[in-house]
Amino acid sequence: MTMTTAGVLFILSLVVALVAVHKPFGDHLYRVVSGTRHSRVERGVYRLVGVDPSAGQAWGVYARAVLAFSAVSILFLYAFQRLQNHLWLSLGFDPVVPHGAWNTAVSFVTNTNWQWYSGESTMGHLVQMAGLAVQNFVSAAVGIAVAVALVRGFARSRTGDLGNFWVDLTRITLRVLLPVSVLGALALMAGGVVQNLSAGTDVTTLTGAAQTITGGPVAGQEVIKELGTNGGGFYNANSAHPFENPTAWTNWLEIFLILLIPFSLPRVFGRIVGQHRQGYAVAAVMAVLAVASVALTNVFELTGHGTVPQAVGAALEGKEVRFDVSNSATFAAATTLTSTGAVNSFHDSYTAFGGMMPLVNMMLGEVAPGGVGAGLYGLLILAVITVFVAGLMVGRTPEYVGKKIGSREIKFASLYFLVTPALVLTGTAAAFATGNAATALNAGPHGLSEVLYAFTSASNNNGSAFAGITVNTPWWNTALGLCMLLGRFLPIIFVLALAGSLARQAPTPASEGTLPTHRPLFVGMVVGVTVILVALTFLPALALGPLAEGL
Amino acid sequence: MRLPTWLAQHLAALRALLVFTVLLGLAYPLALVAAGRLPGLAAGADGSLVAAGGRTVGSALIGQSFTDADGNPVPRYFQSRPSAAGDGYDPTSTAASNLGPESIVDTLAADPAESTESLLTQVCARSRAIGRLDGVDGRRPYCTADGVGAVLGVFHRDGLTGPVTRVVSVNQAAPATPFVTTWQGVPVEPARPGVDHVAAGAVIVPVRGDAPAEPAVPADAVTASGSGLDPHISPAYAEIQVARVARERGADPAAVRRLVAAHTTGRALGFLGAPGVNVLELNLALDQRFAAR
Repeated sequence: MTMTTAGVLFILSLVVALVAVHKPFGDHLYRVVSGTRHSRVERGVYRLVGVDPSAGQAWGVYARAVLAFSAVSILFLYAFQRLQNHLWLSLGFDPVVPHGAWNTAVSFVTNTNWQWYSGESTMGHLVQMAGLAVQNFVSAAVGIAVAVALVRGFARSRTGDLGNFWVDLTRITLRVLLPVSVLGALALMAGGVVQNLSAGTDVTTLTGAAQTITGGPVAGQEVIKELGTNGGGFYNANSAHPFENPTAWTNWLEIFLILLIPFSLPRVFGRIVGQHRQGYAVAAVMAVLAVASVALTNVFELTGHGTVPQAVGAALEGKEVRFDVSNSATFAAATTLTSTGAVNSFHDSYTAFGGMMPLVNMMLGEVAPGGVGAGLYGLLILAVITVFVAGLMVGRTPEYVGKKIGSREIKFASLYFLVTPALVLTGTAAAFATGNAATALNAGPHGLSEVLYAFTSASNNNGSAFAGITVNTPWWNTALGLCMLLGRFLPIIFVLALAGSLARQAPTPASEGTLPTHRPLFVGMVVGVTVILVALTFLPALALGPLAEGL
Repeated sequence: MRLPTWLAQHLAALRALLVFTVLLGLAYPLALVAAGRLPGLAAGADGSLVAAGGRTVGSALIGQSFTDADGNPVPRYFQSRPSAAGDGYDPTSTAASNLGPESIVDTLAADPAESTESLLTQVCARSRAIGRLDGVDGRRPYCTADGVGAVLGVFHRDGLTGPVTRVVSVNQAAPATPFVTTWQGVPVEPARPGVDHVAAGAVIVPVRGDAPAEPAVPADAVTASGSGLDPHISPAYAEIQVARVARERGADPAAVRRLVAAHTTGRALGFLGAPGVNVLELNLALDQRFAAR
């Protein structure tokens, strides 16, 4: 079997698995976020937290709860890293430097998991498992909760009640993320992912050299890193590391986990608004963009355009033998189509166009299928914009799933959309204007790509890197930390405000003048709007970077 | 006394975080560590350690360098891929090279210690060295015979256009002889260390040369992996090493080849991943079967 055939089968098997699972899993997610009966453990959690699970929250209260939880998490994580040398299992590592601790605290709380540091030489086991990995769970739950709150805004009417953040957070964590993680971690351990508290085993190699086989509670963190679309590796090499991703089938499983929740959430949307077909339309938009991107990334990498790949005979620099070119390219597409940012190969050494694809995926706003929760709310925002644009073109009243899209709604949607391009482009410009871009490893257009990639990744809360650039400086850590913070919470505030505004409306029954939003025509229009918005925003920057390099 | 709402909310947030830290940050990973003690999971959870002669010699999942103290290949062992992790295969410093597809111009400083090699030159040098070690053709496209990137800096009269005025082989410093003598009628000069030809306005032109499109030295042999710890090489790279290893150990090449096959894993389920040869396990088996002469 040729590598290309095997690679196509690999992609097809993922598609089949996701199609098979999205319905039961989405239904389970729906029951979790809609149920009103609480288990004994959950009631215990509510008592400990001191909240009334039956109290509904208006959008402002919901948003303040999200922000309070995230603010406390950032402070906690910052302190944790600064004090790690006084705690158990620190492996003798120093406290993390202040600008680095700030960056990492923000990075993990915002579901970005951008990493300026090398895990195996910076973070002790306790910080990894009780600090960073906890945020892998709860930041994912926050994303899903916000998406569900927006969907409730569409489904409910004449109310301020968007649900209760603490209940959503608890139920999503305990009923979805934790059980899947336990199963996934056991599977990964069976494949060879380590799970121990060892500080490392010193060995003497066959030729007499010293080597330290590192340890750590990796499996438990690895699984939620993918499932929660977080992406922060236990080790510097992330999912390329044999202890994080030892075999071809663990690689398949990790990609599946990355895509599982994002592709199941449209089902939840369809069920909550009471029209499955609306959910399918959203899933179709995601699938069209995702399949196109995975295919293109594979084509570019397998073609191996560029001087070094031509000299080598394949685009194999930065890739592992066990994954080869195609499975690496598929992982790269999946990790950037979602907000994961884990890598099983190093994008910096990809061909010019192959390396451009992850960048473009992130620039799409990570909506195909996007991060857990963030992908769904991002796509619903794009759907709202599409309804508005379409309404303007044909003179129909903009409506989406029974709600009018008025000036207030479109303002929130536009503001949402403008946040990341503003952060990416001003950040990149600032890096060059202040001379901080000089830390890029590669020269010329590739260096620009490295800087652009860093800001795109941070502002979209992806966290993957064109890793050549040196970002362990106060300027970079501060700037990227700000981008991650604003890129996460400004959109969340706009989404919740939009949800509040939708929930207050009376439902608008569909009429002759309503644009059907479940047909292929609408799917095509959302795809078009997404691509055109991105092209208009980022094409000049892409032209100076990867396009200049590849042409 | 009733707390102000904002304070109550932050207090709830703190309590929620502490509850989840205990549950997800301690109970969950420690339960998994305990599960990792179970037979069937224990070997993997501990790092797939491999023992030989009563001592632990490494991990089946982590590659090793089979080189001597000076970094030269030990010929009786199959060689791993190049590695960017520390000084090579250092698990405490995992890394990829992160050099891009157009990293083709070396920095030739006046002091050779400050020179840096482009990815292209690294590939060419590795290919040439492996070709010599294993007695195969080490030539590659875009590589010079002396194992650097075949790249010209071409100066035009009017910047990017106009007749060619001067041509430099940018990766070959004197006393090396440029890989072509003339380019568009202009004699090619070797590079002068310390001079940045790109900044001086040279147009960079990689020259493909006449090397075969499918070089004898396989792709994985000349590229560094993503982790720097890749435990595998391709079956093709193992194949070109068979003759050398068999000769060094006085073994029958067919027997060595059978051992390679025994340590080759195919695609899982027939379509996942790619075939690979586990180098450490293969070398261990060699040491057991054919003690070195």
